[in-house]
Amino acid sequence: MSRTDERKRLEELSWMGYQRKDGRLGIRNRVLVIYTVKCAEFVAQKIVERADHLDVELIGFPGCTDNQYAVNMLISMIRHPNIGAVLAVGLGCEYIQPEWLADIATKEGKLSHWVFIQKEGGTQSTIEKGLAWVEWSLKQLQDTPRAEMRLKDLVIGAECGGSDYTSGLAGNAVVGRFYDKLVDLGGTAIFEEIVEAIGLRDMLVNRGKSEEVRQQLSYTYDKMLDYCKSVRQYSISPGNFAGGLTTIEEKSMGALVKSGSRPIQGVTKVAVPPTKPGLWLLDSTPDPYWMQFGITNPNDNEGLMDLISCGAHIVFLVTGRGSVVGSAVSPCIKITGNHATFERMAEDMEFDASLILTGEMSRDAMADELAVHVAEIASGVLSKSEAMGHKEFYIPYKYQDKNIPPKACEQ
Amino acid sequence: MDYRVFQIDEKDNVATALTEIPKGTTAEIIGETETQEIYAVDAIPVGHKIALRDIQKDEPIVKYGVVIGSASADIGRGTWVHLHVMHSNYDERSSHLDAVTGAPKDTKYE
Repeated sequence: MSRTDERKRLEELSWMGYQRKDGRLGIRNRVLVIYTVKCAEFVAQKIVERADHLDVELIGFPGCTDNQYAVNMLISMIRHPNIGAVLAVGLGCEYIQPEWLADIATKEGKLSHWVFIQKEGGTQSTIEKGLAWVEWSLKQLQDTPRAEMRLKDLVIGAECGGSDYTSGLAGNAVVGRFYDKLVDLGGTAIFEEIVEAIGLRDMLVNRGKSEEVRQQLSYTYDKMLDYCKSVRQYSISPGNFAGGLTTIEEKSMGALVKSGSRPIQGVTKVAVPPTKPGLWLLDSTPDPYWMQFGITNPNDNEGLMDLISCGAHIVFLVTGRGSVVGSAVSPCIKITGNHATFERMAEDMEFDASLILTGEMSRDAMADELAVHVAEIASGVLSKSEAMGHKEFYIPYKYQDKNIPPKACEQ
Repeated sequence: MDYRVFQIDEKDNVATALTEIPKGTTAEIIGETETQEIYAVDAIPVGHKIALRDIQKDEPIVKYGVVIGSASADIGRGTWVHLHVMHSNYDERSSHLDAVTGAPKDTKYE
């Protein structure tokens, strides 16, 4: 098939999505149960367990003390196009009020409800009440209006975890080529892990589409390097070394490959969906702040949540060494360029990109296969992690301003 | 040939082993290369790097056509290139890590 025919084939892939009030389209129609403090987690979790339904998911923030980053994260999940209904469960004395969250969901045209465990009379009565509402909302969601979607309507996020030598040569290389195709079709591609761009300042900055974007990229790179130097911690782990990667620069080059080759439209921050289609860098590094709290990417699920908070419908986790995690809110597709890993962890690994390492398949053809797979998952086919019930989430304390550079820095 | 290494960019002075390469065997070089084969002086684990030429101490190590660190010792053609003979130009901790396990040797946990 010629390049033009192939592009046409990808352009025509379509499925029915869920229409949301803000104009966005979702690929799932889920009920999100949110706990607003650790003390409400058990009750919220029981509601989700007892509902025992693929479309009922749990997220929450454990802190009793307020944190702007975490609240923005929860709000972005409520607004996420894959979510149709929200139940907020609070204890009754924490900073984050479940009522605010339910009000935001209502404004977004989503079904919403909130409860205080202290008012409802304790564990059992809150679980019964919450469960009844969740079951009612699942029935209501069957009437959500549908609309046709294509690849151009998708926002995809990508990060890597458990990288080895194949990540840069195959896994991320295929994602990069897929991102070029997605951007060319009019879709939105987000890559993160600026902490894995060490030593590649010029290469990154020169891809900015305008002087303004190049300045944003320079600022973001320099902030990240200051951060890594001050905490003496770079994003490289014992498993990476064992897998043959020796330095953060080597790992970084393998990681940056997943951004493909298109111009970067801009830098976005956690919980800020890109304002237009194209390729975007997500900066999830903490901003300079007087309390200095927050670790940049404490684990893979934190990174996946950051991407989903920017509206990603589907997230890719590229892993040479293998991983089992999935995510709440958006399906996670685990991609590996390591054939042995794919075979060994076949129930978890979803997409095998290793044939491009042996020369049996071109990077371009492999990226087309990935595009077809993405359209299938978007149409409602469950990703492997979704089917197994992997719905991990991770929302830590962190400080991040929504602006670049943050206002605190300008002084 | 049973053993293969991958050279990503023509400027690279290291290649990545696509198979386990036993000590004293010759491996085929695929990718962006002018040389067809390399003799492995050391055993090279899969995914690890082999020097494509002699590299002097403090010379840059190049992979993907970019500098990924510097040699911390003289490196002979065909030898294993990892934490024991190179270091990051940014991350000061990596030269404190065990070459085989990658475990930190600069932190005590009890």
